[in-house]
Amino acid sequence: MLVAVALFVFMTAPLAAILLRSLEDRDGAFVGLANFAQYFASPAFSRSAGNTLTFALLTTLLTVPLAFAFAFAIQRSCIGAKWLWRNIALVPILAPSLLAALSFIYLFGNQGILKDVLPWFGLTTIYGLPGMVLSMTFSAFPHAVMIMLASLSLSDARLYEAADSMATSEWRKFVTITLPGARYGMISAAMVVFTMAVSEFGVPKVIGANYSVLAIDIYKQVIGQQNFQIGAVVGLILLVPALVAFFVDHAVRVRQKALLTARSVPYVPRPSPVRDRLMLAFVMLMSAAMLVVIGMAVFGSFVRVWPYNLSFTFNHYTYGFEEAGVENAYRNSLTMAAWCAVVGASLTFAGAYWLEKTRGANLVRPLVRLQAMMPMAIPGLVLGIGYILFFNHPANPLNVLYGTMAILVLSTIIHFYSSSHLTAVTALKQLDNEFESVSASLKVPFYKTFWRVTVPVCLPSIIDISRYYFVNAMTTISAVVFLYSPKTMLAAISIVQLDEAGAIGSAAAMATLIVATSGVVTLLSFAVEGWLLRRTQGWRRAAPTR
Amino acid sequence: MLVTSDSATVDALRIEAIHKAFGSFVALKSVDLAIHPGELVCFLGPSGCGKTTLLRIIAGLETQTSGRVIQNGRDVSNAPPAARDYGIVFQSYALFPNLTIHDNVAYGLVNRRRDRASIESRVRELLTLVGLPSEGPKYPGQLSGGQQQRIALARALATAPSLLLLDEPLSALDAKERDRLRGEIRQLQRRLKVTTVMVTHDQEEALSMADRVVVMNHGAIEQIGTPHEVYERPRTPFVADFLGKVNVLKATCVGSGRYRVGSKEIATGSNGIATGDAVRLYLRPEDRILADSGPVEGMPNALSGVVRNVDFLGTYCLVNLDVDGFDGQRMLVYFSLNQTLELGVREGARVAFALRGERVRVFNA
Repeated sequence: MLVAVALFVFMTAPLAAILLRSLEDRDGAFVGLANFAQYFASPAFSRSAGNTLTFALLTTLLTVPLAFAFAFAIQRSCIGAKWLWRNIALVPILAPSLLAALSFIYLFGNQGILKDVLPWFGLTTIYGLPGMVLSMTFSAFPHAVMIMLASLSLSDARLYEAADSMATSEWRKFVTITLPGARYGMISAAMVVFTMAVSEFGVPKVIGANYSVLAIDIYKQVIGQQNFQIGAVVGLILLVPALVAFFVDHAVRVRQKALLTARSVPYVPRPSPVRDRLMLAFVMLMSAAMLVVIGMAVFGSFVRVWPYNLSFTFNHYTYGFEEAGVENAYRNSLTMAAWCAVVGASLTFAGAYWLEKTRGANLVRPLVRLQAMMPMAIPGLVLGIGYILFFNHPANPLNVLYGTMAILVLSTIIHFYSSSHLTAVTALKQLDNEFESVSASLKVPFYKTFWRVTVPVCLPSIIDISRYYFVNAMTTISAVVFLYSPKTMLAAISIVQLDEAGAIGSAAAMATLIVATSGVVTLLSFAVEGWLLRRTQGWRRAAPTR
Repeated sequence: MLVTSDSATVDALRIEAIHKAFGSFVALKSVDLAIHPGELVCFLGPSGCGKTTLLRIIAGLETQTSGRVIQNGRDVSNAPPAARDYGIVFQSYALFPNLTIHDNVAYGLVNRRRDRASIESRVRELLTLVGLPSEGPKYPGQLSGGQQQRIALARALATAPSLLLLDEPLSALDAKERDRLRGEIRQLQRRLKVTTVMVTHDQEEALSMADRVVVMNHGAIEQIGTPHEVYERPRTPFVADFLGKVNVLKATCVGSGRYRVGSKEIATGSNGIATGDAVRLYLRPEDRILADSGPVEGMPNALSGVVRNVDFLGTYCLVNLDVDGFDGQRMLVYFSLNQTLELGVREGARVAFALRGERVRVFNA
């Protein structure tokens, strides 16, 4: 119940604030759609809108086929070391999207070692659209791969057997069975990538040069010119593609459910030398590219002056941070990520438990369920704007939160609430619905069963949720960029600042710190999970003795 | 709140005018029922008849729209589940997967602050009771379905509730295990004399286990009676049709318990229907006398017919007969395997038989 109120105050109310503010003038008087009219009439808008669409579309067109091929190699071919490729593909999740932008500057920028390669592809410079698309593809790739892996893991071997019995060629099977089966996954992945690109802030900021996009506009209007009305207008415009993507994705998911029946037999690929070799080459190429991108930033953070003096130094990590006044950013990020992991996981799990396992309050339930899924459709920038408008309002008693660590934690939890909520719901759904009834009949209060049964059984999922919150809190920029104060400067945001100050080495150093931290925490969480599984979850491994 | 009862024995459970609606769908229509101490009552009916809803209302897991639930003289209509006194077993077992069998059985005991030794001895007693004395240290996942359901039963009985609720407890088990557990639950219930309500859609289960069967349909009780009563003297066409196989013959009343089917007259023990009324005669395939123990010609309700089809069911054959004079109304008649051989029953053969008129149930059409 508390979660329902929290969701309302920290998500729905800020969104409503955007809507209201977009209809007001600077003095707070109602002006109807005048702000929209003014913005749509400006040439800046049509340029930014066009640019944003181009950027998002190109990124989607590049990312989805690559992700499909990568996932196909893992699910439907017989290459070796699949776990390795799978994990390499997921590494970009640990990094802020800015890291890729920095690496591409190191590689192809004005001082890039590979900038002479650019003309081969008909490019004159990496700055602007080409760099943005490449960096964004790197960041979005793991998200698309995960969706495609899940989609391609659903398959009915009997369809292929039926095709084989009719002597169907490999190519025809691919076109008539594999592709249609993966269609929904591809649409879903495209929507996710498109939404990410539309609302991306860091990448265009660092490598976009003069290529203006809506996400940058919104930042300039709100932070630069304190023009909250136009900021709110752009925020609502950004919401449109995200909402469209959200509902298309939802419709697609509903249809996907009917695709497989419980009696489907999973498909097991058989070796095919030509296909497997091609796939292995592709997977290795992609993995190498990703490792190069990560490695370039790490390397860059340790050299004195790229590319002229390649001697080793820690200076970017020490003096560099001090000089830019961001030496507390990393510690702040750690603090915030830890809070998000603890508070976020507790809140999400409790909320999901309330929705799934309690009864009563039937009028509020669907509303809460909707609110739990809404953050998925809200770009971080829009959430950030909403928070400024709502919490910065002098009449709001909660405005004491403004500029504190608490508001960063809260906005981040809400920003990443939906996926965490889904993970918790999935875990809870696997529990017998009658546990609560049985406990009641035995006169055991529900909270005892919650502690003794529900939490222990769901522990792996709770750890997953914590890790998800932690990693995202380390890398996120979009919502918090509107909400930090000098005291609560965060690591990922400081990368933007360092880059603006020309301290690319220190920017790379901060990005490296984030990747390293996320990586270590991820590994640690796996270790803890494994240890807990061995210690307390013996029942999972208990095989039937009969 | 105590309700004084004018009868000498207080009913273990009284359901008074229980009504339940989900939106515009009425799940239970003013249901009344009294359950005596120590008896095993089965709620039987097709899916959607409201039997599970009624059980959940008794358990307090569902709230009735109106009506009262009175347990041992105490009105528990609005009491939460924890304030009622019952143990419950679900179709899905609902054993806590992360707790051992021992801890599952002890789950309700630990909460009552009983000392460790008495908990231990109670758990041991219950595990022995359900025939699994040495399974305590295992986890539910290591047991078979039938064993898990026995543990669920032990857990429900651990706190010695005065009422045991069983929600389709055997439906998830395979046929052999189901038969075995059916007998075990019945024996255990007799031994402990615990009042038990069981929901099932399996008529065989209800007939073989229950002291009384409550046959339900469309949210209302069709008939309450012993297994013999509901099977042999169904009060409504639905009950006759739902329990076992039945022939339904169109007929007209010709007075004094006699009915005309086609051009034949059937004498029954069923009076009270006005002459000339159109009726349906309900007659089970086994309510016949065959010619294997002597000729049937000259007996009351003697008939003959041509075999159209023989369904071989193992011990029995279900024979589809085109009865002479019935104007094309077919009848299903049971023949034992031996009788089919002795009487030469095969497609196209002619057989003679007599109906047991006293077994015929008559309902207005």
